Amino acid sequence: MSVISKPNLALTIGKYLALACYLAFALFPLYWLFKISVTPEKLIYTDGIALWPSEYTFDNFKSVILLTDFLVYFKNSIIVSFGTAAITTIIAAAAGYAFSRFNFRGKKVIIGIMLITQMFPLLIIIAPIYKIIAGLGLLNTLTSLIVVYTAFNVPFATFLMQSFFDGIPKDLEEAAMIDGCSRFQAVRKVVFPLTLPGLAATLGFVFTAAWSELLFAIMLINSNDTMTFPVGLLTFVSKFSVDWGQMMAAGVFALIPSCLFFIFIQRYLVQGLTSGAVKG
Amino acid sequence: MARIELKNISKSYGNIEVMRDINLDFADGEFIVLVGPSGCGKSTLLRMIAGLETISGGDLFIEEVRVNDVEPRDRDVAMVFQSYALYPHMDVARNMGFSLEIRGEKAEIIKGRTAKSAKTLGLGALLERLPKALSGGQRQRVAMGRAIARDPKVFLFDEPLSNLDASLRAEMRLEIAKLHKRLAASMIYVTHDQVEALTLADRIVVLNEGEIQQVGKPLELYEQPRNLFVANFIGSPQMNIMKAEFTDNRLVLENGERLEVDVSLALNEVAHFGIRPEHISIVGVNEGHAIGEADVVERLGSDSNIYVNVENIGQILVRYHGDISLEVGDKFGLKFNLDRSHLFDLNGMAIR
Repeated sequence: MSVISKPNLALTIGKYLALACYLAFALFPLYWLFKISVTPEKLIYTDGIALWPSEYTFDNFKSVILLTDFLVYFKNSIIVSFGTAAITTIIAAAAGYAFSRFNFRGKKVIIGIMLITQMFPLLIIIAPIYKIIAGLGLLNTLTSLIVVYTAFNVPFATFLMQSFFDGIPKDLEEAAMIDGCSRFQAVRKVVFPLTLPGLAATLGFVFTAAWSELLFAIMLINSNDTMTFPVGLLTFVSKFSVDWGQMMAAGVFALIPSCLFFIFIQRYLVQGLTSGAVKG
Repeated sequence: MARIELKNISKSYGNIEVMRDINLDFADGEFIVLVGPSGCGKSTLLRMIAGLETISGGDLFIEEVRVNDVEPRDRDVAMVFQSYALYPHMDVARNMGFSLEIRGEKAEIIKGRTAKSAKTLGLGALLERLPKALSGGQRQRVAMGRAIARDPKVFLFDEPLSNLDASLRAEMRLEIAKLHKRLAASMIYVTHDQVEALTLADRIVVLNEGEIQQVGKPLELYEQPRNLFVANFIGSPQMNIMKAEFTDNRLVLENGERLEVDVSLALNEVAHFGIRPEHISIVGVNEGHAIGEADVVERLGSDSNIYVNVENIGQILVRYHGDISLEVGDKFGLKFNLDRSHLFDLNGMAIR
């Protein structure tokens, strides 16, 4: 009897079809980005909505690299995103561990305050943030962005890390401590290796958030030297025209670091996002 | 191996005192079992000895050294957890050698000690496996191997067998007993299973609601329970407890039966009469201390448990050795072996 083991063909096809539809929907804008970036400027409007331009060129990429400040924006964004991701993850891991393992006075209050910071639309606090940063003399610096992004991402990242630590039985640390570890050693030797998926997920989340942030970057950065990528993209928009080809080419470049980063962390990430779902 | 002394140990969480006046003295090489219902504080006590819980009051000595404020890692104790707490990212060999690794032992020494304890527990073929590739029984063995490889002063066990199925539990129980014999090490073992307690222990500590009820050798607790709690807790099936009253210079049960017990005891204080199921025999209807009707008969092969309804007293459990030709509804007499009976006062304390 193979009633159960025989896969339902229609169902399987349907599943793949649904997935294909979703993928097409999700990836089409990216495809369009790429398509425009390889379309010669003269054809952008005349070619209409053909799926592939009648001629293609890599001139846009060349001019983005050679004729614009693109590389500067790119470097700035890398510094800001990696800086934010690293600092946020370190703080979040420490705070998450404390929330997960220790009971201390004011714990609930701190968690409450952290939640409150996540409740307001960013727009409301842009003015005060600007004022603070200006007062500190940090306008037009990458440091200002790292500080602000870190402040905004720490609460969520902390809750994320806390849930990962909660998933690691306390017994393991206690066993390690009885086996001869100090608490710090127990964390380093036993808890840390088991939290790698969590750390990767947090890093990835914060990195992408910082990489694509526009609002604060536009408010706090004016000088061309310290512009991050999203702000830099806007320089392709001039008063009279938009240089679509170059803008799209720059956009394609912008995808590269995120893609590389996610390829690097994805094996941890899949574990991380499913951890706690099943007893492991 | 070590002598362990607990002096007036207490434990509080905030203002709530959960344990008080714990005074115990464990000899070198003794196998001590802490037993009691869940929430009685037995695990907390074990964790205080391990150093995983702070001690709120009193002093704890291991080998004459006060260790209240000594870190767990410096107490030289090994602990087997109920969850086994194996390190998931390390193979069996590294799990067992982790403590030696942390203490900076040489690789050859670690390897030798790990191999030796693996051999003791029959884990030789599994040394390179990760914990997730092991069965429950194998994990349990690795957890024990991890403790043995360390050669600690004291072994602590926190309900180590409660996650195993019944047959495996019996097997591991035997192995722990052999292990204790071979290592002659001090062991403190927490369980709620009285069979484990009675079979493994040199001495048992019965705890309830954070207080020691009785400390003694296994059969001592069975034969001379100090109070009603111990009488009920030790022995399976449970002791039958019925109300008794002292009137007209006689001890009288609620069914009017007068009991011929030792008159040298302070019988005027008696409030409860206790008799174990195995100390009641089935006799003709008018020959015993009570007349009952069989309600349920459980045939276990080696024994039969007969639940008997007795008028004015309630249900009494009788244990009969072997099979018995009784049917539900049969009437018969119950004869109590009064030499083996127990008397308790109004506060539940034994009268001896």
